Parts: sequence; structure tokens; C-alpha cells
Amino acid sequence: MATVEVCDLRRSYGSVRAVDGLSFAAQPAAVTAVLGRNGAGKTTTVEICAGLRPRDSGSVTVLGKDPWRNPTLRPRIGVMPQAAGSGAAGVYPAARVGEVLALFASFAAHPLDVGALLDRLDLTRLARTPWRRLSGGEQQRLSLALAVVGRPELVFLDEPTAGLDVAARHATWSLIEDLRAAGVTVLLTTHAMDEAERLADHVVVVASGRVVAAGSPAALTREDGGTVRFSAVPGLPVADLTTRLGTAARVREVSPGEYAVEGVPAQHALATVTAWCAERGVLPDRLSTGRRSLEDVFLGLTGDGPPA
Amino acid sequence: MTALDLTPAPGAAPVGRRIARHAAMEMKLLLRNGEQLLLTIVIPTVLLVVLVHAPLADIPRPRAAFLVPGVLALAVMSTAFTGQAIATGFERRYGVLRRLGATPLGRSGLLVGKTCAVLAVEVLQVALLVAVGIAVGWHPRGSVLAAFALVLLGTVAFSALGLLMAGTLRAEATLAAANLVYLLLLVVSGIAFPLTDFSPAVRHALRLLPSAALADGLRAALDHGAHVPGRPWLVLAVWAVTAAAAALRWFRWG
Ligand SMILES: Nc1ncnc2c1ncn2[C@@H]1O[C@H](COP(=O)(O)OP(=O)(O)O)[C@@H](O)[C@H]1O
Ligand SMILES: [Mg+2]
Repeated sequence: MATVEVCDLRRSYGSVRAVDGLSFAAQPAAVTAVLGRNGAGKTTTVEICAGLRPRDSGSVTVLGKDPWRNPTLRPRIGVMPQAAGSGAAGVYPAARVGEVLALFASFAAHPLDVGALLDRLDLTRLARTPWRRLSGGEQQRLSLALAVVGRPELVFLDEPTAGLDVAARHATWSLIEDLRAAGVTVLLTTHAMDEAERLADHVVVVASGRVVAAGSPAALTREDGGTVRFSAVPGLPVADLTTRLGTAARVREVSPGEYAVEGVPAQHALATVTAWCAERGVLPDRLSTGRRSLEDVFLGLTGDGPPA
Repeated sequence: MTALDLTPAPGAAPVGRRIARHAAMEMKLLLRNGEQLLLTIVIPTVLLVVLVHAPLADIPRPRAAFLVPGVLALAVMSTAFTGQAIATGFERRYGVLRRLGATPLGRSGLLVGKTCAVLAVEVLQVALLVAVGIAVGWHPRGSVLAAFALVLLGTVAFSALGLLMAGTLRAEATLAAANLVYLLLLVVSGIAFPLTDFSPAVRHALRLLPSAALADGLRAALDHGAHVPGRPWLVLAVWAVTAAAAALRWFRWG
């Protein structure tokens, strides 16, 4: 049975439909990444699953139970709320790093060793520093520590690496990988494609409160004929090129002057694109074939422009 | 790198331990906050010491017998109401209430812990003010039991009012309003300055304030002995019940 099962979830704020009929499942001892740009509804979804927010409709089952107002789930779940923007990561501003981690540890029956966890996240030298004097990245690391110190079987991490430098990002990734290896179920949100690709067993792509694609990173990026990419002047008539390539083809101007062709064998695509450009007196630049990246998939699914 | 055993081992600590550790943290934070200490410790103590000797005002004699119950009421108000409202308002803004409410501590544990911290700080305040009071010539008498019960009831009323404010207003508004109310109530409740200059009608109305009721009640309990008139009890009880009901109805956690 799935550890988290969400079915036709809906939640509005006034007239804003933040989550609009969303369904997915997170399997035990796996990392599930909810991927989407800002405002897609990731935080709302995670907070509903973590029991922090009520829903309007739909069913949510977490460890076999409804998470809303369910105190029996609290010892089994760890939550790292999103900190960026609101600054509401949920820590007393005047409390010291070591103090607050010890406090959260004291709520659990079999907590992790506080000193070892501080060490692992490179926070030992900050143990006596108050929360409000920490940098954004240090706050994120402590927030992650607070989510896992009670040895939960399921953790919700809302944008765990937002605002981290490269070293801290890798430290966080390695802890998430170790959590999974230890049998912890991880549900995280991110808008970073490389993060989802590297960490997740299962990716749920969300746009406008709905799931637009789901699967393993490998399945989502599987070659279907390969993608041919090229640069040229912006504004070429892609519909015309599509007609020339055949009905299976999908041609997009990914960003101004950057084109992607999918759905046809690479050889055919390369030859056609070259000929078509020549007819127009356009010189295609950086013509390349290759497996789609998760970024291509994401952009194709959620519309043009890079994710925010 | 230190090896960590991340294998799940979920479970909550015993409820007593959770609440005790949380209350200890809250108390530590209260005592670490300079502005809070000014309100809860410095102002009541300084008022007591200065007004006992100051050549001003028509403070009834013996002055210490008038002032000590008054500053005790002020101490309760400063910790249960002003300090708690400001701290809780910012904790709500920073998401502390929501996050702690989602741990095994839970929302009820959080409220119990906060109350324990308030009571613990009040014990320190009372001990200090009684000691200073005796040093400036106060002779404790009357009913300690009645005074204790009044302090508890006052704490409930002021805590509920403070939480109501913290749970409904923005943090900055709570900060400003809680300080303003503290100052106003200090002046118009007969805490340190008698209400003799007000007209009888106004005086009657002011006696319906929770701070006035607490000061009046404590004065009666610590002066005339066990007999505390019914009105302070009634006024405090009405405030406590009304404010608690309103806080339960309107308090927002996040
Ligand atoms: N408390 C709130 N009140 C009003 N609108 C909100 C609130 N929280 C989120 N929203 C709106 O709901 C949508 C989804 O937000 P959110 O779940 O935070 O998305 P994400 O985490 O993917 O950025 C956005 O349009 C956002 O502006
Ligand atoms: Mg978000």
C-alpha cells in the first residue's frame, strides 16, 4: 500500500484554485518529488498531506489515516515547512540551534543523537547561535534536522534545498539519500529539475494545481525518437516545419530562437530541419540530437519559459 | 562524518516530558528577552520601591500595604497578558505555533506548556516582589490562599486576553496594542495610583477592569484577611470565561 495516497484533492483560497483535482501516490521507502514552478500548488498539497491544512474536497490517506487533526500521525511524520518568502520556518527566533534541536528531540521516544545530527549537517559550531542570526542556508539545514530528529517513518520536505549553496545542497541530498536507504519515505517538493532527476524514484509534475505527468525520471525522459534541438532566428513558422516532418512530430520554440523537435526519428528530423532551414535562407546553429532532459519534459508540459 | 542511524523509530515521548521541556524552553526565552524583563520584573519592582518613598500622590497609608498587592496584580498582567501576547503574536507570524502543533507536543500541549511557563515566571515575580515589599516595610497578613486563588484566576483571564490578541491581530499590532493596554491599565486600575481623583461613576466603571478587580481583590485578601468581597471574583471570572471563549473561537494558529 502507498504511504501517501492523494485522490482528486482540491483546495481554494478565495477565488484562487491552488489545488484543483490532484491525484498521486508516494510509495514506502522511496523518494517522491513534486515538481512544479512557483504557485503550482506544491506547498498547499504538502501541507494538507502533513496535516497542517484542511482540504476542501478529495481524499488523502497518509500511513493509512486521514492526516487532518490526527494526533496519532504526529510522532510518525517529520515536516520541514517552506521557509523562503514567508520566513515562517517555525522556529523561535531567539532560541539557539542546539536548544531547539534538543527540544524537538525531547518530544520523541527514540530521537536521533542531537550532537551527531548537528555534526552531520555541519551545524556544530553554530550550536549556541540563535536562529535569527543564522544565514538562510543554515536555517534550512536546521529546519531539515528538526524534521528528522524524531526518527519519523515519513518526512515531508518543502523545497529543502531552496537558497542553499552547492556544498549545503549536496549535504542535504546525501542525507535524503541516506533516509531512503534507511527505509524512510520521503515526499519533497522542488522546482529544480536536477534535484528531482537525481533524488527521486518517482516524479509528479504539477502545474496549476493539477498533475500533468508522473513517473520515474527515466520513464519521463525516455527517448521517443529522440529530441533534435537547434538555434536559429526567433519566430520561425514551426507549424510549417511540423507539416513537413509528419503528423507524429512535435515542434516547439522552447525559448526565443531555441527549437526542439520530438516524435520523429533523429535522422529524419536532422535531414528535414537542415533542408527546411536552407530553403528559408536560415542557418541552423548548434543542431543536436539527444535524450530529453527532465527540463525538456517539464517545459513541454507546463508551457513555455523556464520555471521560476 | 558521523554515522547516524536513520532507521525509523517513531514514537512520542511521555506527555509530561514533552510539556515540561516545552515549558522550560518558553520560560528560558521569556527570561532571556530584555524588553520582557523590563515589563515583568523591572517596572513592578521600581514602582514599588519608588512610590513607597516618593513625596507625591495621595497613596493611602501604610503605603506598602496599598502598593504590594497592586504591583502583584501588575506582575500577573505583565507576564500573562503583555508578555504572552507579544511573544505568541510573533510565534504565530514565524510559524512556530503551527510547527510545534504538528509535533508530538500538539496544540493542547503547547497551550499547557505556555501556561506552565507563565506560572513559573509569576512565582519568580511574586517571590521578588514580596521580598522587596517586606524590605520596604510591608507586613504580610490576611489570606495567602485567597491571594493565590485570585492570582490563578487573574492569570487565566489575562492569558486568554493575551492569546486572543495574539491569535487575531498582526504581530506588530499585537506588540503595540499589548504595550498600550499595559500602560493604560497601569494608570487607571488603581494598581499604583489610587482612583480617588475620578468621579464615582467613572471609578465604578474602572473597577470592572480585570486589572482593577485583581488589584482590589489582592488588597482585600492581603489586608483584611480571608474576606474578599464578591465583586473582584465575579469580575475576573466573567473576563476569564468571555476571553477564553473568544480565544477558542477566533484564535488562528498560522
Ligand atoms: N494562504 C494563502 N492565501 C491565499 N492564496 C494562497 C495562499 N497560499 C497559497 N496561495 C496561492 O495558491 C497558489 C498555490 O500556492 P502554493 O501551494 O504555495 O504553490 P507552490 O508551493 O507550488 O509555489 C498560488 O497561486 C498562491 O498564490
Ligand atoms: Mg511552495
